[in-house]
Amino acid sequence: MNEQLVEQITKMVIEKLQTTKTTSTSQIKNNDEMPVKLFQNAPTGNLVVEKETANTGTDVKFVPIVSDKKQPEIKSVTKKTATEELTKSRAKKEEVLEGLRKQTPARIVVGRAGTRAKTDTWLKFRFDHAAAVDAVYGEVPSELLERLGFIQLHSKVVDKEEYIRRPDLGRRLSDQSIATIKEKCKRSATVQIVASNGLSAKAIEENMEDVYLSFEQSLKNAGIETGTTFYVENGRVALMDEIGEILQPDIVVILIGERPGLVSAESLSAYICYKPHLGTIEADRMVVSNIHKGGIPPVEAGAYLATVIQKILKYEASGVSLVKKEG
Amino acid sequence: MNLQATLGGITYTFSNLKEVMAKANEEKSGDRLAGIAAETVQERIAAKTVISNLLVSDIRNNPLIPIEEDEVSRIIEGDINERIYAEIKNWSIAELREYILSNRVGDRELKRISRGMNSETIAAVTKLMSNLDLVQAAGKVEILTTCNITIGQKGTISSRLQPNHPTDSVSGMLASLKDGLSYGIGDAVIGINPVDDSVESVKRLLHATSDFINEWEIPTQNCVLAHVTTQMKAIEQGAPADMIFQSIAGTEKANRSFGISAELIAEAKDLALKQGTSRGPQVMYFETGQGSELSAESHYGIDQVTLEARNYGFAKHFDPFIVNTVVGFIGPEYLYNNKQVIRAGLEDHFMGKMHGIPMGVDICYTNHIKADQNDIEDLGVLLSAAGVNFIIAAPMGDDVMLNYQSMSFHDVATLLQTFQKTPAKEYLKWLEKMGIYENGRLSERAGDPTIFMR
Repeated sequence: MNEQLVEQITKMVIEKLQTTKTTSTSQIKNNDEMPVKLFQNAPTGNLVVEKETANTGTDVKFVPIVSDKKQPEIKSVTKKTATEELTKSRAKKEEVLEGLRKQTPARIVVGRAGTRAKTDTWLKFRFDHAAAVDAVYGEVPSELLERLGFIQLHSKVVDKEEYIRRPDLGRRLSDQSIATIKEKCKRSATVQIVASNGLSAKAIEENMEDVYLSFEQSLKNAGIETGTTFYVENGRVALMDEIGEILQPDIVVILIGERPGLVSAESLSAYICYKPHLGTIEADRMVVSNIHKGGIPPVEAGAYLATVIQKILKYEASGVSLVKKEG
Repeated sequence: MNLQATLGGITYTFSNLKEVMAKANEEKSGDRLAGIAAETVQERIAAKTVISNLLVSDIRNNPLIPIEEDEVSRIIEGDINERIYAEIKNWSIAELREYILSNRVGDRELKRISRGMNSETIAAVTKLMSNLDLVQAAGKVEILTTCNITIGQKGTISSRLQPNHPTDSVSGMLASLKDGLSYGIGDAVIGINPVDDSVESVKRLLHATSDFINEWEIPTQNCVLAHVTTQMKAIEQGAPADMIFQSIAGTEKANRSFGISAELIAEAKDLALKQGTSRGPQVMYFETGQGSELSAESHYGIDQVTLEARNYGFAKHFDPFIVNTVVGFIGPEYLYNNKQVIRAGLEDHFMGKMHGIPMGVDICYTNHIKADQNDIEDLGVLLSAAGVNFIIAAPMGDDVMLNYQSMSFHDVATLLQTFQKTPAKEYLKWLEKMGIYENGRLSERAGDPTIFMR
């Protein structure tokens, strides 16, 4: 691969991650509740007093959280200078914590309620998971596919439930769809582009137009001929094998929705294979993943894919076979 | 070998051991995908009934994959203690279940019969056990292992701190590491899944974790979970690794698809003992998970519980420091929902313990499976009750590199506090010294990563 390009893309990804991080953490910053609080307000009255309990397995004594022993007194800070100092040291600490958060998109320095997560942290997490689940079960708007002029086809899968349980059926076109591509699609094209929702309809909705138009344009500029593009509902990556057998293109590219993560539920992948056929080994497929606005931006991805295609055409191989030929 | 059972006036006949073993499983989408699951719920119970009447010797004498064809079979067969086997070979699988559950039988007795059984026998008895059976029986076994520190004591649950980062950034990894340590996580291992499986990247992460561990005198061990050959190269080039990791499977063919063999694992262990940085004697770390053999198209028509048991027979041979199933990661085509993930987690943990290996669990789920954080919290409670050796934790349970959810730092602290357990003793002392733990639980200061900033 072009090292400079990879470096550039990685840099872009990191920059994006950091910007997203800053926005999300600034909300926490504005919150009065500091993530790490030095003390909780001690409860007064009606204390349920736990007794110290012995644990047989270790020599540790478990002391109850609310003990009947005297609690350390919490002094209220009354002097103005002390308050100012406390505010200053808190601000400094928050700055340090912010520095840590900026290092990673992971959900670190989130504070705690006892041993549990804070309420807003927990709900944010649940929301991100909800978005990921909804992306799996969402629908691709058909006006988008019509606008792009994609023929709309189906795999052998009847619904999302079956898609999830039967990966084998997602790797084959329905009989009707086979008849359609035999009738309507150009054969032996240099590059056959296929789109599929895969595990994220959202990925298609958010990225397909930009990736596809930029990819198609870049191929045209390079003088590479493309076939008749179509969309397959509920397809899997290895669907390209059957398409390769029927249409006999040199290269099949399948643009497919990835399994959603919590950071992004709209990530798209492009799988590419030179002369795929039933029985193609996985190692001969190549993938450009993480295509979304927080990862590899879709327009750039389209242009990059065209350079990958040129290389595959030059060596007449993809994946591990390409690496071998390149030496 | 009687493969017939009559239930409710219907006679069910199974054609061979492979078929009855598969049909006796609790419902798993993976067995259905393989086309080997019971057709009806009643057929499933008929299969369990047949298994309950089989003898331990029936299972050994009818190998599912002959030793001539598969090195995993050879290893399992070769590790059986013949005298102990002779004592139990005429037991029915029902008797075996009742022996395991008997109040007169504890840690010593279970470890002893463990040496007389092959993995398929352990899988067979698992199919007769309810979820609570699996919890109680596994809880009898205490497996201690030592790499730098000793983990596995009763009354403890250790944890793997998993500070993964989407670009392997060392400062990003360290930020998650500090956060996790401040919750008392990380006594089993500080284990990173790298994005980039290159030797240079693995060396960088091994050095970074080792330096941090040394600087703060943390009684734990490090590991970077690249392919075994990559880790070996890194160690040969002088990188500090306390153990060597590898994902394994239950057939030789599936292991080949992972690019490994028994010979390679033996070589890796040898290298870790000679050039690794830990005290030992346990220096290996394995990950497993139901369904990987089917996924690699090398399952020989055998069900995923039995194949998973064979993983543990293979793992045991290399005397690992830690082993965990990544239950829930593989996807809904193998484990469809919360119910199947919970069942698999309990089965895997029990089967590991019955093999005498230090069994942990990555209690997790992906976003296309019908499960959420509540479900894995449930499994966390069940496994804590079952005495799991260690569990895996990521910040808020969200792994930003592998894109799946596991237990959070908070969850581990909560399970420990709820069950009145602690991390491993040597680690606990260090946590107290650092002011992260006091009186057996998180201190006021816990959760504050600035503890690790000078």
